[in-house]
Amino acid sequence: MTFDRFKIPALLLTVLVLIVLPLDLTSIGLPWRGLRSYGMLNLSRWLVIAIAAMGVNLIVGYAGQETLAQAAFFGIGAYLTALTTEAGLPWGIAFIAAGALTFVVGIVLGFPALRVQKHYLAFVTLAFTIFVWLVFRNEEWLTGGVSGIQGIRRPSLFGISLRPPLYFYWFTLSITAVLTFVMWWLIRSPWGRAFTALRENAIRAESLGVDVRTYKLLAFAIGSAYGGFAGALYAPLIGFIDPSPFALAPSLLFMLMVVVGGSGTLVGPFLGAAVAVLLPDWLEVANSNLPTWLAGWNPKSIAFIQHMLSYLLVYAIIVIVMMAFCPTGLVGLFKKLVTPTRRPHADDKGPTLGAGTPKAGEAS
Amino acid sequence: MRPFASLTRRSFAAVSIAALTLAAPAFAQDTIKIPNIIELSGAGATVGTNWKNGSSLAVEEINAAGGILGKKIELVFVDTASDPGKARAGIQRALDDKPIAIFGPIYSGSVSATLQMTNEAEVPQIIGGEAANLTAQGSKYIFRTSFGQNVSMPKIANYLRDGVKAKTIAVVYVNNDFGKGGRNSIMKELDSRGIKVVLDLSTEAGQADFAADVVKLKAANVDAVFVYTNEEESARFLIEAKKQGLNKPLIGETTLLGQKVIDLAKDAAEGVKGHVGLTVDADIPLVKAFAEKFRAKYNYASDHNGIKGYIAPYMIKAAAEKAGKLDAKAIAEALRGMTISPTTTPGILIEGTWDATGEIDRISFLAEVKGGKQVITQTLPKLKP
Amino acid sequence: MTDFFQLVIAGLATGAIYALAAVGFTLLWQASQTINFAQGEFVMLPAFFALIATSVLGVPFWIAVLIAITASMLLLGLTFKFAIVDPLIKHGPMPLVISTIAVAILLKDGIKEFYSAEAQPFPSLLPSTLIDVFGVKVSVAQIGVFFIAMAAIAALQHFLSSTRTGRQMQATAQNPTVARILGVPVERMILYTFLINAALAAVASVLISPVYFAKFTNGEPLGLAAFVAAIVGGFNQVRGAIAGGLVVGVIDNLAAGYLDRIGVASSYRQAVPLILLVLVILFRPQGLLGRKEERAV
Repeated sequence: MTFDRFKIPALLLTVLVLIVLPLDLTSIGLPWRGLRSYGMLNLSRWLVIAIAAMGVNLIVGYAGQETLAQAAFFGIGAYLTALTTEAGLPWGIAFIAAGALTFVVGIVLGFPALRVQKHYLAFVTLAFTIFVWLVFRNEEWLTGGVSGIQGIRRPSLFGISLRPPLYFYWFTLSITAVLTFVMWWLIRSPWGRAFTALRENAIRAESLGVDVRTYKLLAFAIGSAYGGFAGALYAPLIGFIDPSPFALAPSLLFMLMVVVGGSGTLVGPFLGAAVAVLLPDWLEVANSNLPTWLAGWNPKSIAFIQHMLSYLLVYAIIVIVMMAFCPTGLVGLFKKLVTPTRRPHADDKGPTLGAGTPKAGEAS
Repeated sequence: MRPFASLTRRSFAAVSIAALTLAAPAFAQDTIKIPNIIELSGAGATVGTNWKNGSSLAVEEINAAGGILGKKIELVFVDTASDPGKARAGIQRALDDKPIAIFGPIYSGSVSATLQMTNEAEVPQIIGGEAANLTAQGSKYIFRTSFGQNVSMPKIANYLRDGVKAKTIAVVYVNNDFGKGGRNSIMKELDSRGIKVVLDLSTEAGQADFAADVVKLKAANVDAVFVYTNEEESARFLIEAKKQGLNKPLIGETTLLGQKVIDLAKDAAEGVKGHVGLTVDADIPLVKAFAEKFRAKYNYASDHNGIKGYIAPYMIKAAAEKAGKLDAKAIAEALRGMTISPTTTPGILIEGTWDATGEIDRISFLAEVKGGKQVITQTLPKLKP
Repeated sequence: MTDFFQLVIAGLATGAIYALAAVGFTLLWQASQTINFAQGEFVMLPAFFALIATSVLGVPFWIAVLIAITASMLLLGLTFKFAIVDPLIKHGPMPLVISTIAVAILLKDGIKEFYSAEAQPFPSLLPSTLIDVFGVKVSVAQIGVFFIAMAAIAALQHFLSSTRTGRQMQATAQNPTVARILGVPVERMILYTFLINAALAAVASVLISPVYFAKFTNGEPLGLAAFVAAIVGGFNQVRGAIAGGLVVGVIDNLAAGYLDRIGVASSYRQAVPLILLVLVILFRPQGLLGRKEERAV
């Protein structure tokens, strides 16, 4: 239990690092030159994707369901924000509307789907994602069709424009912090504990008076609303949206993030989003730096190595290896590394057949 | 205390490694890096790979001949995954290094999403996009490598009116930014020429089954069909059209009568006609030589995106030599209003003139598929010779 | 009416190939309770084995097809099972499902990097001779594709129900624990399932590539169609997959042909099989021909 006591300081340290990460610290004697626009843009993208992944984590990691619709909810939030801010409404309203709309759609979609067997929510959400994507592509009068919506403006806060990448990064970071806190509170509440009971053993939870279906439905709707919130940040961050990031493949990636990060943990989605957003980027940069690192080698072999280490190939192999060696995700791996002796019954519960996702201990 | 100590040490190490990779890589001064932000995975991977191969081939030649103003060029490739959001991130990454030019993207949507960034940073962006509106958005820093649809579609419309003598037309297009943009442009041009569009058919990228589309075309009372889809879809369409015996003139652009389509559709491509802006089949020695070199190196025939990628480095070379320095703003300045001729820059293949908005003007061709080959039937002069 | 039959016949030919891929989904589902998100890529890949065999080894096409099927069984059957499924399945289904997403990326990008990003023409085993049946144009290849696909599935069905090994496989699929107690070599049966899936995928690949051309991106639409077909037909039944595949193929074509007649843009054709999917889930969750899941959860 010593581990838990240091969560708060570790968390504060992480937040502090994230706040100062873009800044040039050489003036106060630290060897850190800060980030350039691209680094800030990328970190903002990471946080935005992590918010949506947090939603998936609530659905998958806590309520034991499967969703393939997060990219669609992400898209609904993004398009709604683009349209409302274009119409002159403030971003705050768009943000709340994005959350509210995706919550309601989540209820409407989840209600019938959760009546039937396990996995069927996954199938219904798959159909929903493609359908929403078709609407984005074809309803040109509303969404701009395949050409998308351009020139989405970033909001101002207390009269300060959030156009500079640094300000928008800090803005995104604070929204992320608030949403993370809400998620933490939700999971710690009696309500959230019911989720965990649900995941552990749905039948027992039901016999203890938990209305399983209502809880699952609410988890799905709230998780989907996190997708909507993330979309509301994504639209002004990128400044341009078209249907491509909201298709089926990105929805699969959200599932990947949650499992790779560590499902059923608060930190998991952040690590998972880093794997999905930042890792491919680093691999690509590393690949393009190979000629510099291997200076003096035969150009033909450099070209061959670059080919072999194509960033997507390396990425896919990393994911497979990671799943094979730490099926509980990065959080699980991390716990194994920092916990010198194994605790008897947190991490290594064998999977029961059909019991849903493996779990990485309690909510951290 | 131990777990905490190791925890912080570990997370500190992790963060520093992450931070190091985010920070700028230092690079040597004797090579100039030109980033290519192009479609290397996702729906546009074929297009982007052709561009990558074309530009790599050109840079190899340029470096072998001493580089640009004495500096060697190194191309850096950044994948947009055919997603405009990632394209923006890629352009931002490129701009942070203050390059002398940026190549790409090729998908018009991704160009649309990024052209204001290069305009603000005053870095020339050599694009592969063909959508009509790209040059109309006020950027002074984008330059096309091929005709915009605002240039090619009037030529097709003229051909439909004068060559095919069509009064009624069916339009088949692919529902992506390329197809939709072309469809919107051709509609406008046909309308102004009094040609009626009777059937307007949207198809999907990656669509395999064109039975329903051909059934509709057979039923439609039209003089000709204008087909504006990507190469593979064009080939699948032609095969189905032949199978169902659709006997109407099929008219298209480079993506309907390129060698790639002929290779895939075989005899189903026979008799297809249209207008091509850039083609490896043009009867021009430099173009033929390029086609040879490309095939020898990559073991397949380049499409028009390969040519686009190939001429991009030569545009920068010619402009930088005219400006006399390797400076982004000066290169853009030099390119505006510039005519690059193959007599001084053979790599440009065909003489081209860029106007102040980045639009390109050069000769183009009317062609048809005969005996399994694209045959040029007429050469159309530059708009402003 | 001619148009209608034209569309139905084209739909049946494509649907038969969806059915082949959908059978794979149901087989792997039975063997490991896993959804294989790389199934589309499993159908994309073997065509390239055949192309490599013809270009590198210079063998006649039909031998190349046999090589493709063998290579597919080795790589997508044997290797997939031992290198990916076995190490992961013991952690429960989720890490394995996620890995199949990565496998899909790996196969797609591998072909792009090491073969080509270009679509490749692919020879057909069957002639494209046209037959005119009361105005409906049907090619011999289309009819052949339909019958080969159906024959392959019928052979599988026969194998499963009439041979000892087949029945042992079915027992394993229904309840591995009981099967093991009854002396069925469960491990070997599961391996057979993977081998059969890989072989069927290779057959589907060879049949569909003359139409689709061999290209690294083919897996995504194929995988999706097969997945929808598997759910519509019933996720736990081989014959359900046949029905699902054919229904999805035909409905897709009819939607493309007639949606605009009812005032919906034909660009929504993809939505129609999905609406069917949702209806099936809500009103007949076991699928059109499926039976209720027998395995205890």
